[in-house]
Amino acid sequence: MADKRLRILVAKPGLDGHDRGAKIIARALRDGGFEVIYTGLHQTPEMIAEAAVQEDADAVGLSVLSGAHMTLFPEVMRLLKERGAADVAVFGGGIIPDDDVVKLKGMGVRQIFTPGASTEDIIKWVRENVAPRQ
Amino acid sequence: MDSKKNWFDSTYQKAAERPIRFSTVSDMELEPLYTPADLSGTYDEALGNPGEYPYTRGIYGSMYRGRLWTMRQFAGFGLAEDTNARFHFLLGQGQDGLSTAFDMPTLMGYDADHERALGEVGREGVSVSTVYDMATLFDRIPLDRVSTSMTVNCSASVLLAMYLIVAERNGIPWERVGGTIQNDMLKEYIAQKEWICPPRPALRIVTDMIEFCARKVPRWHAVSISGYHIREAGSTAVQELAFTIADGICYVEDAVKRGLGVDDFAPRLSFFWNLHNDFLEEVAKLRAARRMWARIMKDRFGAKDPKSMMLRTHAQTAGASLTAQQPINNVVRVGIQALAGVLGGVQSLHTNSMDETLALPTEQAVMVALRTQQIIAEETGVTNTIDPFGGSYAVEALTDRMEREAMEYIRRIDEMGGMIKAIETGYPQREIAEAAFHFQRQLEKGIKTVVGVNKYSIPEEIPIPTLKIDAAIEEKQIQRVRKVKRERNSVAVKEALARIAEACRSGENLMEPICEAVRRDATVGEVSDIFRAEFGVYRDPGWL
Repeated sequence: MADKRLRILVAKPGLDGHDRGAKIIARALRDGGFEVIYTGLHQTPEMIAEAAVQEDADAVGLSVLSGAHMTLFPEVMRLLKERGAADVAVFGGGIIPDDDVVKLKGMGVRQIFTPGASTEDIIKWVRENVAPRQ
Repeated sequence: MDSKKNWFDSTYQKAAERPIRFSTVSDMELEPLYTPADLSGTYDEALGNPGEYPYTRGIYGSMYRGRLWTMRQFAGFGLAEDTNARFHFLLGQGQDGLSTAFDMPTLMGYDADHERALGEVGREGVSVSTVYDMATLFDRIPLDRVSTSMTVNCSASVLLAMYLIVAERNGIPWERVGGTIQNDMLKEYIAQKEWICPPRPALRIVTDMIEFCARKVPRWHAVSISGYHIREAGSTAVQELAFTIADGICYVEDAVKRGLGVDDFAPRLSFFWNLHNDFLEEVAKLRAARRMWARIMKDRFGAKDPKSMMLRTHAQTAGASLTAQQPINNVVRVGIQALAGVLGGVQSLHTNSMDETLALPTEQAVMVALRTQQIIAEETGVTNTIDPFGGSYAVEALTDRMEREAMEYIRRIDEMGGMIKAIETGYPQREIAEAAFHFQRQLEKGIKTVVGVNKYSIPEEIPIPTLKIDAAIEEKQIQRVRKVKRERNSVAVKEALARIAEACRSGENLMEPICEAVRRDATVGEVSDIFRAEFGVYRDPGWL
């Protein structure tokens, strides 16, 4: 295990302004010992994929509460791949129905956290499932 | 005077006390007992009778004995005709006012055919890009008799113009149109975070609307000063109270600076509070808010008309308090929160549906939510007497304390140079994020309980049906908008948009030019693009 701290981009794609969750997660991950970059609101998938590459992120956490997750998540995945960053671990959270969770995981989204998930669960998941990119 | 201390030393300390933190959901620690020693001020100074200054006990003389609150369920999804059908359903179930939820693109000033609208059209509200969508939305609804609330902010000027043009085309003069548009941009930067341009031009547009409505649409509430979203973003009750009242102060100051007489517009200002789980704290918050506003309007702004001093308010139960786990429990939470609103003396109320942490509500869930209000109104008897909590030692002490603590925040904001300056430095934003994080930590440490989430959880969730939005509606709406853009007189639209740009620069009130542009079929996105070009675009500073 490299001693380099994992770099995590916490991103808010789409138009919704619900940033309570994203900010809590970003702060908890930072307190949990990770390097955290928070994009702020209203990011396009392009902006997020670009930031992930520029910031050399090992993982990208997406937060969507507008119901547009089935459009936004796959687009971020596609654009990461296009930039040669398909190995960045993408995870997410928000109001995401169970059926969609299954579909998103099928597309390669590593994990989806839904309302009620604790920050400790998320930190633990990152520790166990995200590796530094080569 | 010392009897409370004597009681505490001799009796309470010998009794059992559970080893927990006795604090409100906002983590305000409470004393075990409040007594007459905790009351301050005379009855007339601190409370007054209902309908009398400082309105602590209610703004109307007979309160719910005269008229119940307006039951107003917030609704909107899909295409305009889908939401129109929900409106007719709600009116048919005994609801007496409408409240419109728009989708994210409409709320952010993008037409359905904009690339940023992709995947969001009709998802969490109704899509309205053109005046024809607005006409469909209110089809067969008498706009001179049903009052309508529209929850929209940075694009509010365009949506209000569309509503007025629809009324005009139905032969209803603007003077007879009544309703509310949220249009509270300050709380957007603080909490809800839907914006187009930076705070200063945004405030100018709000003030234009206050001025325009005062002159042309006298039954319209041009701004609904909202604590709701501040609380949803994670603030404490005191922060909700303080930042909301501070926002109100900022709007009044700006309108007065414009040259309006305070009593010419303040009687049409209204408020919108959150109703969270902590029952006594919420009742106290609403009572404190009324007293604070009355005192501020009288003493700070020299209002003479009692209507300028009355805090009229809508309230909504707390969306953020609901749980995806064991969702039927939410019916109970909503019932208790709504009861706090009624005991706090609100004029209008929305009760959330049990399924709203999962999706937009189904018709069945909305009906239970509406029935909750009807049960409170017609079965519980709490409407028989006015302000039944008045004189409760605990509630009065809490009311005083919340006013005191909120006024301390307002003093700090005044010192910074007012709310716009405070927002520009990120002060309220950081205070709220801090409180949200604190609550989350308390939850994870088990200091605070959410039933079904960190206590009493069960492995199997009870599945409930949820509303699905058909993905095909997006394409349908895109085609509709494109058809309008194709078929209208594009020269006339261009001229009208240029007039808006000119008014942005000259400082002329924007509302008449926007109304004219809407008459010529300009869209929400096109008018918003003028704002973007003239005033610049605001970007989230991304403070953590």
